[in-house]
Amino acid sequence: MSTWLQYVIYITTASYGIAMTLALWRALRGPTAQDRVLAVDFITVVGMLLMLVIGIHYASSTYFEPALLLALLGFVSSAACAKFLLRGEVIE
Amino acid sequence: MNAAAVPVWVELAVAVLLLISAALALASAWGLARLGDFFSRMHVPALTATLGVWCVSVAAVLYFSALEGRLELRYWVIALLMSITVPITTVLLARAGLFRMRQQKQPGVPPPVRLRRLPDRSPH
Repeated sequence: MSTWLQYVIYITTASYGIAMTLALWRALRGPTAQDRVLAVDFITVVGMLLMLVIGIHYASSTYFEPALLLALLGFVSSAACAKFLLRGEVIE
Repeated sequence: MNAAAVPVWVELAVAVLLLISAALALASAWGLARLGDFFSRMHVPALTATLGVWCVSVAAVLYFSALEGRLELRYWVIALLMSITVPITTVLLARAGLFRMRQQKQPGVPPPVRLRRLPDRSPH
């Protein structure tokens, strides 16, 4: 991997870090519960992207499964939280 | 990291796609932190969840295809999965937010839709 692509990957990772920090601030501060759920869902999506970028950085396809797991678990947890906010219970 | 076999145009394309996704993630987070309303805040993460995810998965497909010398399409599974699951989460969260705002009797919330019963037009 060439050096400038390394620097691009560093810049991308730092941007993802800043984005996750801003979303974490929103999740901690968020006036309502649905704001927090939205922010945590965004953090999960960016973490999944971070896994893919780290996989490109190490040139290893081992990071495919964590990314897939994060995408699935992020969807399931956000849907469960939204259902809980909507009904007061997850499974009726 | 013995990735000397990757051609330059693939690295260039990967770099451009990764920078686009980084800019989209920053824009989403900025909107999430700055916008003042829940329903305004709800539409910004879709930037990352659609175009950002597609950019990174296309970059991964390109890079690993060039690295291993064969077609590696499985990174598109993630993009397909996200394109299925993100609308469900969005609709559920929007319903939850609307429901809670109505419960708290906040001003400016649209009222629930009342279905009018149509007149009976059956011949009997």
